[in-house]
Amino acid sequence: MAEEVVLMKGNEAIARAAIRCGADGYFGYPITPQSEVLETLAEEKPWETTGMVVLQAESEVAAINMVYGAAATGKMVFTSSSSPGVSLKQEGISYIAGAELPCLIVNIMRGGPGLGTIQPSQSDYFQSTKGGGHGDYRLIVLAPSSVQEMADFVSLAFDLAFKYRNPAMILADGVIGQMMEKAVLPPFRPRRTEEEIIAQCPWAANGKKKGRKPNIITSLELDPVIMEQRNIHLQAKYREIEKNEVRCEEIQCEDAEYLIVAFGSCARIGMKAIEIAREQGIKVGLLRPITLWPFPYHKIEHLSHHMKGILVLELNAGQMIEDVRLALQSNIKTVHSGRMGGIVPDPDEVVDAIKEKLMK
Amino acid sequence: MTKENIIKPENLVYKKSTLLNDNAMHYCPGCSHGVVHKLVAEVIEEMGMEEKAIGISPVGCAVFMYNYLDIDWEEAAHGRAPAVASAIKRLWPDRLVFTYQGDGDLACIGTAETIHALNRGENIAIIFINNAIYGMTGGQMAPTTLVGMRTATCPYGRDVHLHGYPLKMTEIAATLEGTCYVTRQSVHTVAAIRKAKKAIRKAFENSMNGKGSSLVEIVSTCNSGWKMSPAAANKWMEENMFPYYPLGDLKDKE
Repeated sequence: MAEEVVLMKGNEAIARAAIRCGADGYFGYPITPQSEVLETLAEEKPWETTGMVVLQAESEVAAINMVYGAAATGKMVFTSSSSPGVSLKQEGISYIAGAELPCLIVNIMRGGPGLGTIQPSQSDYFQSTKGGGHGDYRLIVLAPSSVQEMADFVSLAFDLAFKYRNPAMILADGVIGQMMEKAVLPPFRPRRTEEEIIAQCPWAANGKKKGRKPNIITSLELDPVIMEQRNIHLQAKYREIEKNEVRCEEIQCEDAEYLIVAFGSCARIGMKAIEIAREQGIKVGLLRPITLWPFPYHKIEHLSHHMKGILVLELNAGQMIEDVRLALQSNIKTVHSGRMGGIVPDPDEVVDAIKEKLMK
Repeated sequence: MTKENIIKPENLVYKKSTLLNDNAMHYCPGCSHGVVHKLVAEVIEEMGMEEKAIGISPVGCAVFMYNYLDIDWEEAAHGRAPAVASAIKRLWPDRLVFTYQGDGDLACIGTAETIHALNRGENIAIIFINNAIYGMTGGQMAPTTLVGMRTATCPYGRDVHLHGYPLKMTEIAATLEGTCYVTRQSVHTVAAIRKAKKAIRKAFENSMNGKGSSLVEIVSTCNSGWKMSPAAANKWMEENMFPYYPLGDLKDKE
């Protein structure tokens, strides 16, 4: 059977892909520009088909704690929100990371700080990749740049979350959530049975079967010696993820003299900028981090060897550029270009920035 | 008669619930938590739900309840236990899902989660220990601290002009359409303990029978926080807590 191509919004793709990849539950709260995730799920009524639970919570705080509760039983669950709502979720995310629970958090970013704007932004990069809540922890952060990737990254995020018992995040800006593109939805994967969940997650608290010890899901440990060991264990896991799970895409880097580093909608703008620049004889390439954490430090360092300059294009005041600079061993010229507060730059601005900031 | 002649199975009139393990409880002597833990363990065992029970412990003195009852547990963030329980019960409808929360957890920081879980009629049971004080953090003012009562953060007594009034969460819960059983009990006498056990059993059975949410408040003592002997704390509770928090069923849809 031919693959079915559907025209839809990025937010819709998240919802439909989640149903198809066997998600057990979704807990959310309305906020622009991500409300279509909950709206699509409510319209699809997956509780009548796959049995997936969908619940509109009383707050983002409640929603992330519902995710905590369900994830602790081994269920495959997720939540979505946009920047101010994701700030509210940070306490819960820290608990989830501390208790090592697999789940998916979707952030369709809007401009801040504060209530900010409902227009797109990438200003939650620091929050997402450096921790966000309290304590030393990391999220696996995937940055889709198309509606197709919104659909594809749902199951990827769940797979990584369960592989490492770690929360995963899909971090997309409002452009990716709101724009409509053609996409192919993933094939149906049945929800796991109770027996499969218990076999896959022997640690989960879903009813103590005779013969095993109680499963206790907690992030609390008052003995500092044990708590330090827990932290050492977490850090070892993070090093393992850094070793195995870096993902990025190189576009026209082979002959490039200038490199754009961009993710999400900025990568799409960067691709058009490459086209315009190359028409003018400027050889530009693009490195698109797909995982923002773990970050492709080595790839950027490697590519920098044959570049004359690097432009980090972001919808913020310059956040990912700190990681790009950390990656570099040389003092190759590295500059930020971007807009804030919900403004999206056009490709000509990016080409001008390369000329002004890197070529002069 | 020797000890060996007395300790025989046929002479047993009482035994500890098999769900209660031998870990030494961290609670202060005289605290109500130990009694209520015992009741929860007995009810789960008597219902035959040992393999299906999932408890949600709070932030507060009962945070370590998971160390004493051998069932599966999740430790929730402060106040969030009803949200945690809601999700678990929806995804595992045949499990017995209950929360065990103190007054600061349930009636202050978790007010929204409490009201909304109860109002959705989640098939969960909430055990609410009201001792009018934050015990774990050293005796600060709680939402249920009585007017005039002295704590570490209202050392001159709770003043309504400064702090407002003690919150009657159980009365609020009784007004919500989603609740089927709302009751206020205590565990300061043997008779009260028996009644409290019946209430917990009813709440747990309601949750398994899909009747909606149940809330069992246990008016309790915190003799350390109140700076009283256990006996004096019980007397003080009867004279001061019960008039403001009267015992009995507030709602029973049966």
